[in-house]
Order: sequence, then structure tokens, then C-alpha cells
Amino acid sequence: MNTEQYTPQDFKSDQYVRWCPGCGDYAVLNSLHKAMSMLGIKPHETAVISGIGCSSRLPYYMNTYGFHTIHGRAAAIATGVKLGNPCLSVWQITGDGDCLAIGGNHFIHTIRRNIDINIILLNNKIYGLTKGQYSPTSDKGFVSKSSPYGTVEEPFRPGELTVGARGNFFARTIDVDLKMSAELFAEAGRHKGASVVEVLQNCVIYNDSIHKPIIEKDVRAERTIFLEHGKPMIFGKNSDKGLALDGFNLKTVRLGENGITEKDILVHDAQTQDNTLHYKLATMGGELPVALGVIRKFDAPTYDEEFVRQINEVQAENPVRTLRELLLKGETWEIK
Amino acid sequence: MTEQAKIIELEDAVIRFSGDSGDGMQLVGNIFSNLSAVFGNEISTFPDYPAEIRAPQGSLSGVSGFQVRLGSRAIFTSGDKADVLIAMNPAALKVNAGFLKKNSIVIINSDSFQEADLKKAEFATANPFEELGLNSLFVQVVSAPIDTLVKESLADSGLDNKARLRSKNMFALGLTCWLLNRPLEYAFEMLKNKFKKKEQILHANIKVLTDGYNYGHNVHASVSTFRVEAASLEKGLYTDVQGNRATALGLIAAAEKAGLELFLGSYPITPATEILQELSARKELGVKAVQAEDEIAGICSAIGASFAGNLAATSTSGPGLALKSEAIGLAVMAELPLVVIDVQRGGPSTGLPTKTEQSDLLQALYGRNGESPAVVMAATSPSNCFDAAYMASKIALEHLTPVILLTDGFLANGSSAWKLPDLEAYPEINPPYVSPEMKGRWKSYLRDEETSVRYWAIPGTEGFAHRLGGLEKDFTTSAISTDPANHQRMVEARQSKIDKIAVPYLKLTGHIYAELLVTGWGGTYGHLYSAVHQLVSEGKEISLAHFSYINPLPSNTFSVFSHFKKIVVCELNNGQFATYLRSKAPEFNIVQYNKIQGQPFTVNELVEHFTKLLEEK
Repeated sequence: MNTEQYTPQDFKSDQYVRWCPGCGDYAVLNSLHKAMSMLGIKPHETAVISGIGCSSRLPYYMNTYGFHTIHGRAAAIATGVKLGNPCLSVWQITGDGDCLAIGGNHFIHTIRRNIDINIILLNNKIYGLTKGQYSPTSDKGFVSKSSPYGTVEEPFRPGELTVGARGNFFARTIDVDLKMSAELFAEAGRHKGASVVEVLQNCVIYNDSIHKPIIEKDVRAERTIFLEHGKPMIFGKNSDKGLALDGFNLKTVRLGENGITEKDILVHDAQTQDNTLHYKLATMGGELPVALGVIRKFDAPTYDEEFVRQINEVQAENPVRTLRELLLKGETWEIK
Repeated sequence: MTEQAKIIELEDAVIRFSGDSGDGMQLVGNIFSNLSAVFGNEISTFPDYPAEIRAPQGSLSGVSGFQVRLGSRAIFTSGDKADVLIAMNPAALKVNAGFLKKNSIVIINSDSFQEADLKKAEFATANPFEELGLNSLFVQVVSAPIDTLVKESLADSGLDNKARLRSKNMFALGLTCWLLNRPLEYAFEMLKNKFKKKEQILHANIKVLTDGYNYGHNVHASVSTFRVEAASLEKGLYTDVQGNRATALGLIAAAEKAGLELFLGSYPITPATEILQELSARKELGVKAVQAEDEIAGICSAIGASFAGNLAATSTSGPGLALKSEAIGLAVMAELPLVVIDVQRGGPSTGLPTKTEQSDLLQALYGRNGESPAVVMAATSPSNCFDAAYMASKIALEHLTPVILLTDGFLANGSSAWKLPDLEAYPEINPPYVSPEMKGRWKSYLRDEETSVRYWAIPGTEGFAHRLGGLEKDFTTSAISTDPANHQRMVEARQSKIDKIAVPYLKLTGHIYAELLVTGWGGTYGHLYSAVHQLVSEGKEISLAHFSYINPLPSNTFSVFSHFKKIVVCELNNGQFATYLRSKAPEFNIVQYNKIQGQPFTVNELVEHFTKLLEEK
């Protein structure tokens, strides 16, 4: 840990924050300030990169190095920043359109390479900055300005895509839960490799209450489950429900019913390499509770470390360091 | 010895190796050019390979060629027509028939001139030479049953027939060495290096190469052979360099000089891929090369690395440059250093991927949204790609701007002898870094009043945390701004930053005042120079002004132009540079000479055209 301690305030820039009143982005911004102070990283050794969209304005509100780039390309630019200076703590702020529509290719390849970037994906299931068109995470049938009769296409599920692209870190949080968000952002920051934190975020103007059926106070305990590594998968207002296996599928069981006890409940292993169960947990919904917390966190070699290791290995074998030495080692002839 | 009487001295000679794309013509062409360079000749090479990796055997579309020109004096092109053609099959003969000089020598592999082979090459008769109008007064034919001779040569090698025949290119090389009076020793050295770990193949190749040489010596003693004396080159160490490698090395040199790490973000595309490959292999120098998931990620990772403080570059060809447009605009707006290398090829769309063209000029100048000025420059020869990449890096780093460097397929694949550069003699590279005393008052878009360049603060530096972005910023505070007057002020600042870059003066070859000024840019230099040089030495009123810097133009451009009655702009496109020059200076009498065939100019066609223009008066 660093000896200097930075407070959330140290990560705030002097810029006036310009999101709509009531936007979930404010909460995410505060959680990020908090998470960075928890990590003990230094503002000037942190780079926050974004693409285009409402959430992509976030770097301007950070007192770190920041780069607000072009639509969809933040992951590719962040990749260059990390390789340009591997000592930097690199964060990508992105929305569901920026990340999964125009930026889909960069997203999956960044995850596949496992480069050490922390991707905060704010998912409000709508295009806000262009004023209300459906996004690649909008549910089938969703009515919007560009789908007046409802969409006829299936959405992406960010967790499914992350696991499918062989991702090693996926977590989910809710915008308004500042404590959970800050903890999960910090957990992503500590994880070496590409980490994705999906934030279920509200767009108060164009898609208000889209996550309400899951996260509203009176239903949240029943409709969500907070997963913790090494702990049984128990949820419900009275902590009386749990997840168990039913063949190859997950099912909800009730403790005390049909002789079910805590030892029948699955224990969460976020750190196993096998992603089969992580995939199931990341895609829960409907009858099953939506998973929050760290769903997968597997430690694997990172691209940036492997990249540097390879250079070091070649340099250990090959003493050539300058252009002149390189050219003299090749075929030359002398004109006298 | 009888054959000594038949050696013809040439100032320069053009040799074209041609065969199926699997016949190994590129390899023997390379060996031959290198051993000639070691011998002391000036060399210039041009490979002409088909788009298909393996087209049907013996077909016209599958012909792969490698042209070498040797000179006992300075040469500037790989030559128009060949003195010697090695045609490994009838298709190779047919494709190259139009590129033969009078009294040239054609070496053929008679084993592959059978009925079936002639049919594959779409010959109607059994006499291909007659059919092509190549009678014995025009060409001398050295016909050798190469397949048979190679099989015999390697009868005791333990290799099967198929493996033996793979060495037939060495037989052709041996014959060529005999014909040009080249010693074989250096070829042996090169083969030893290439087949270090494959002893059996090495011995087979050396045996066949020697046998090919001796066959020529013994059997064709009646044919005249050629000698091209060593040129009087500047003293020093030389190597042979292809354009793409020279480009990669130029970036390495600039990073070394600037004391920065070099980053390349790229995606494979013909004919630019060798730049990515060369830099991917240079880990001993600490080069960071990333093969990205697409062209856009290639440039975007480079922009990220530039933001993080590296010398960053991306390499591509026309279609890739189109995909990178938006990101180049970001680098313009964020005012970050970036080198974009476009190795031009025939377009539009996929076009002619393996052929050369200069048709991306207007894309490089204008192919972006908004008022988005970038520096555009061009390399003039394979070895000049080194200097051009160095200068592109220097300008990018010192003026915090994207620089688009245009090379082309002709330069990229061509090679020339190159004197090892002395980096001490290259200009310093001094990026405008923030200084500690700026802490507190510095803003990200604060500019140097003289150059209009902002200052570069690299992430990790305490006290300089800042946010860049594609949104317009306030001239004074560097915060996001939509103020109308501020936008105009910033657009003008970005433009003036480019306009103020000092580029070298335009140089003239020939007369200062004359009837006709020939101009061109980039990779056509060698051909234009050769043509103009020839006409000047014939006493014609003609000069050449060739451009390496296109945006901004050299400051003396239009004063040079004002001394000529007529200006002809020669380009391998439909008139893009001519259009650009007219837009900058409509008062001049600018005519065009355009060729859009995927092939370089020939000196002959240029001389003919300029002569006609001079006669028009």
C-alpha cells in the first residue's frame, strides 16, 4: 500500500458536473471517487478513458489523467495507454451502446487478451445522449423512438458476453448502492487483468425505472442475490432462500422446505477457472434472482505482463539495443 | 579462352526473374541483387507478385516476377525493360514479352515449355516466341532443360524428385550469374545463412547453383555475356533495404533519438504488413508492437500509447486509412503526436492490393470530418522511407500532431543499397514537454505563442493531471466549450499550428528558368528524375521539382513555379496533387500526366511525353 493516503475528494475535478438531475451517473461517479481512494492509487498515476455517451463524460469529473475519446473505441485506446505505461491504473468508463454496439469488437478482444483495464459498464438499456433509441441491451419488444412497434431482436447480456469472451472478472452492482459499487470497483481495481463491472443504472429521462422490478426496496431482497466468494448462495428478506443445482440447471430452494438445509445450498466459488457456473449465475433473471457482487474472479496471466515479459526475455538473450548495433548484425558490405 | 572476347560492358543492366508464384523467383531475385550489391553495383529492385498466394500452376495470373537493376553509376529506378529475362514457364514469357529490350537474352526452362504448359499460358501454337513476335533478331534464347538437369544434378542427394525440383530456381540463378559474370561465393554465404539448420537442402542448392553456372559456361559459350562494373559509391558500410523495413527502422531511429519508447498498433494489410512484422520482431530494442483486432483498434491503441508518452505509430494501406479517419480526427483534436503510415495500393475498395498507386493523397489531406488539418508527407525511394519516417516522427513529436506518411507498394517492396545511417548526423527531436515551473498555471491547451503548439504532459507526472477529448475546448481555460467564437478561434489555432511547420525548401533539378517544370511527389521520384536528367543532358529546357512535403507545402513552392511557362504534374492517380496545387495557386498553367495501371511510370514514356510537351510550346 502507498504511504500517502488520498481521499475521495482528491479524485474530484473542479468541473461542474452536467448530467440530468436524478441521473444514475452521479452515484457511479461518487462510488468511483470512493473506490480509488480505497485502492490507495495516486490521481496522477491513474488514467480514466471513455468513449461517447452520457457516461463517457465522466473523465472530465475526475482529477486524474483522463481522455474522452470517440464512440466505441475506449477499450482500444485504454489498451494503448496501459501498454504505453504499464504502471498506470487504467479505467474505462462506458455505456451499453458505446461498449456493446459500436465498441463490441474492442470489448470482446480486450477481455480475451486479459489486459489489466477496469471496465465500468453503465447499463441503462437505452441511448440517452441521442435522446432515446433502443440499445443492444434493451429487452426484446422494447418500445423506443427507433423501435415504435417494439424491437424484434434479442439483447446482449453483458455477463454472458464477458464470460463468452473468456473474461476472468465480472461483477454486477446497482447505481444507487454506493457502498456496493465502491467495493466492487475497488475489487475490480485490485484484480489483475481485464475486469468488467456492470452497473444497473437508471436513465431518469428516457428509460426511467427500467431496473425497478429488480432493485426497488421492497422487492430487491427477493429479486437479487449478493454473491460472495466462499459463502453459501442465500438470499431473501429473511435469508430463507438459496440456490441449488437441479441437474445442470440452477433452481431456487427454500430453507426448511422439503428437508432443505444450508448444506444443500451452493457455495460461491468465484475463483475457479471453470466458468460454467459463473455463466449460469451471470445470466440469472426471471424465476431466478439477478446476481450482484463478484460473480467471477479468476487470476490468469495478463496481456500487459506477458507483453513486458517477452521483451525482457528477448533482451536477456540478445544484447542489441541500438539501431546501429542492429544494422551491423545484419548483412552489410563495405565500399572502400 | 574464347568466351572472354564476348563480354559486353554495360553501364547498367536489368534482369527480370519470372515464374510461377511457387517457383522461388523472389528468393533468387533477392540473392542476385544482394550479391551484386556486395560486388559494388548500385542496385534497385522491384518485385511484381500476383494477388493470389498460389494461382493455378502455369497460368498467366500466377506469374511472379522480381526485377533487379544493376548500375556502374547512380540509378534511380528498377528500369523499364529487361536485358535478361529468366522465364521458368510459357506464362512468364508471355506476361513479360512486352518488357524486353532489343537484343535481350531470354533464359527458358525448356522442360516446362511442353504442349500442356503452352496451353495453360493460352498459346495457340507450338512456337511461343514466334507467336509473341520475338524473333531471333530481337532476342537470344538460352534454352536449358532445367528440370532434367536438376534431377540429374541431385541424383545422389537422397532427395526425392519433388524435393529435387525445388532447387530449380538455383539453376536459373547459376545461369544468371554466369551470364552477368558474377562470382558465386557470396550466394553460397547467403544460402548457408538461410538454410543453417537444413544441411541437405543447403548442399542441394549449392550443387544446383554451381551446376547451373557451369552449364552456362560449358554449353552456351557462344552467347555474349554482360559485365556491369562496380559503381563509385560513397565510402562506408552498406546494406540492402526494402522500403517497408526502412520505414520501420526510421521509426526506431526517431524513438532512439527522442529517448522515447516506440509503440506500433497495426493490423495486417497488403502491402504494409512488413512494417508490423519488422517491429514485432524488434523486442531486443524494446519496441512495443500490437497486432490489434482491426484497423481502428490499431490506430486507437497507438493514440492511447501516445497519450501515455510513447512515440506511437500505426501502419496501413488505403482501405485501412479510411477506417482510421475518425481516430485521426481525434488525434488532431486532442493534439497528440501520431505517425500514420499509408503504404498506398491500387484502389478504390480492395482494388489492386499488390500493385502500386498514389491515389490516397486526397484521402490523407481531407478524408476526415470537420476542419481537421494534419501533416501529409511522402517518401521518394525505398531507402528514403527511413528518412521520411524519421522526419514524420520528428514533426509529430515536436508539433503534437498526426502526420500521415504516404509510401506505396512500389517503394514498400522495392529495395536499394543503403549506406548505414549515422544517427549523430540526424536532427535532434525535442517534444514540447511541460516544465516543472508551469505547475499550477498550466492548462492542457495552453499554446506556445510562436508555434501554436500546446505542451505535452505525460500521465504519471505529478501536478499535471488533465483531461483531453474530442469535444471542443476553451482556448484559455481548456474546459469544454460550445462558445461560437471560441470554436472558430480553436479551428484557426489548429490550422495555424500546421501552417507554421517549417519544412525543407523545394529543390530544383535542371534549370531555374525553363520552358517546362516537371513535378510529382513521393515514389515516382526515381522515374521522374531519370527522365528529366536525360532530357537536360540532351540540352532541353526542362527541370524537376519533386515534393516530399505536401501539407504544409515548402514555402518556396510557388516562387519556384513562377519561373516556368508550363508545369506538368505527373502522378499515379487521376490528378489529385494537380487538383491540390490548383486549389492553392490557381494562377499557374498546370497540366497533368496520369497513369493508373497499378504499375510505376517508365522512364521512356515520361521522356516521350515531356518531349511532346516541349515541342507544343
